[in-house]
Amino acid sequence: MRATVIGREEVLQVAQLARLALAEEEIEPMARELSAVLDHVAKIAELDLDGVAPTSHVVASSLASPSGDDASPEGEGEVTGALRPDEPRPSLAREVALAQAPAVSDGGFLVPSPQA
Amino acid sequence: MLELTAAQAAAAIAAGELDAGELFEVYRARSAADRAAGEDGLNCFTWVADEMPAPSASPLAGVPLGVKDLFCTEGVPSQSGSRILEHYRPPYTASAVSRLAQAGASLLAKTNQDEFAMGSSTENSAFGPTLNPWDRTRVPGGSSGGSAAAVAAGLVPWALGTDTGGSIRQPAALCGIVGLKPTYGSVSRYGMIAFASSLDQAGPLTRDVTDAALMLRHMVGRDPCDATSLQPPEEIELPHAERLDGMRLGVPAELTGASSPEGEGEEEGEGIEAGVLEAFQSALARAQELGAQVQEIGLPHAPHALSAYYVLAPAEASSNLARFDGVRYGLRSGDAGDLFDMYTRTRHDGFGAEVKRRIMLGTYALSSGYYDAYYGRAQRVRTKIAEDFAAAFAQVDFILTPTTPTVAFKLGEKTGDPLAMYLNDYCTVPMSLAGIPAISIPCGLSQGLPVGLQIAGPAFSENRLLDAAYALELSLGFDGSAARV
Repeated sequence: MRATVIGREEVLQVAQLARLALAEEEIEPMARELSAVLDHVAKIAELDLDGVAPTSHVVASSLASPSGDDASPEGEGEVTGALRPDEPRPSLAREVALAQAPAVSDGGFLVPSPQA
Repeated sequence: MLELTAAQAAAAIAAGELDAGELFEVYRARSAADRAAGEDGLNCFTWVADEMPAPSASPLAGVPLGVKDLFCTEGVPSQSGSRILEHYRPPYTASAVSRLAQAGASLLAKTNQDEFAMGSSTENSAFGPTLNPWDRTRVPGGSSGGSAAAVAAGLVPWALGTDTGGSIRQPAALCGIVGLKPTYGSVSRYGMIAFASSLDQAGPLTRDVTDAALMLRHMVGRDPCDATSLQPPEEIELPHAERLDGMRLGVPAELTGASSPEGEGEEEGEGIEAGVLEAFQSALARAQELGAQVQEIGLPHAPHALSAYYVLAPAEASSNLARFDGVRYGLRSGDAGDLFDMYTRTRHDGFGAEVKRRIMLGTYALSSGYYDAYYGRAQRVRTKIAEDFAAAFAQVDFILTPTTPTVAFKLGEKTGDPLAMYLNDYCTVPMSLAGIPAISIPCGLSQGLPVGLQIAGPAFSENRLLDAAYALELSLGFDGSAARV
């Protein structure tokens, strides 16, 4: 892969996606630094990864693979179905949840209008 | 009193030979003095307790504990080294901390760190850099640099840290103490302010291997609040082995190569400095004297670990850090504009340069059109790395490398070059990607500064790993007292 070079426009576009304001003097260094890192990580494009499965839970998947049997503790290869039952239960009280908010109104978080 | 390890102090308290309140006060005074000294101190802490929490009769007997800033502690500042969370006091406590408290540890202080655990020097903290107690012109490593420096300097008996790509092991190595990254999932992540969730793992930073085992023993276990947590198959025991007879130790050529002279090699900077290699070779010789067999092994994909890591970790970070938007807690800026302005101004003002860089990198890697080339490929590289380790552990019991390519470097030396900073994690990132446990123990000095030996084992091999580390620790006889202040 050729050196990846990110320019000013692309930096601004990504910053928009990331909800991050950049000062004018931050844009050019950001472009340069991101390009350097992306150029380095581009090495993984050289590897032959056809047919290789992506990792999800690294320990659980290694325990499930045939080569990982040595380390396999009983019943610990199973982290599927990780969602708990959807049942109401006590959580933070409203006033506790709101206590650290920058602005509060009528028992909720107060934010500026989307179109001020 | 300061000479006692945490395990020794707990035993002395239980035997009625030492008063828990007195021990806490001695350390509290030392920690508070460092905090009060500002730039004249080591800057290890972001908060120090005014008084000892209510004591409990328990295995840890009230022994004081330092806790990395990014662990949520109810009513106590938990800021993850960031301006965006300045003064934040969470309404609940992280599971790892509450388990240790239930076992009798007393929260003494919150320790400084790189912002959101992104860094290898603790220079990225919004609250100023921490200094290395061995040499105050040098960094303590990172991101758990406050924890490591505080333990090395005798300001706390032991401390809790987190490791995503080396953030426990690397500062432990640079400060001449013990640091353990447990098997991924064995300690709950609940209440840890997240960096990269598929890699983040809590673990101990301690003066010796026994203390690391003792802390781990009281932290591990499945937690319903963390869906990725796993119950280890056996209880963590205190180590006792004195020999390594019959043990097979693997040395991967890919992670133990010398640096090429003056940039002649194609991988400039990715080699190990001479003094570090020398200390590593002496440790291998010591292991053989203890009865171990040392053999070369291959980890062919390990040289690609850093590249995969610097796609995966920023990608996960960009997602995790989306929650800092000025709505529910922390800093808010730009209230005068519309909602979008408020988000973008808050994040501009609240995040430091390295965090912004990683958010941008991660957002780019996950964006439409690039996902498969970056994140998708990196997840496949991760699988290959885990397979390399599985194949190696069919031949050997443990894998040994230097923990870091160099000893502690000068403050400011690498802050201008993100890639040079990232190379600190060259030897630790592969184990993180594979989710396996790895410990760093001090194995000697180079240029008068500590060198770390990394020992890695298969998932859930902590008891055997701690035993091997303990036998080597006894034999190496490293003296860390030079760092006490």
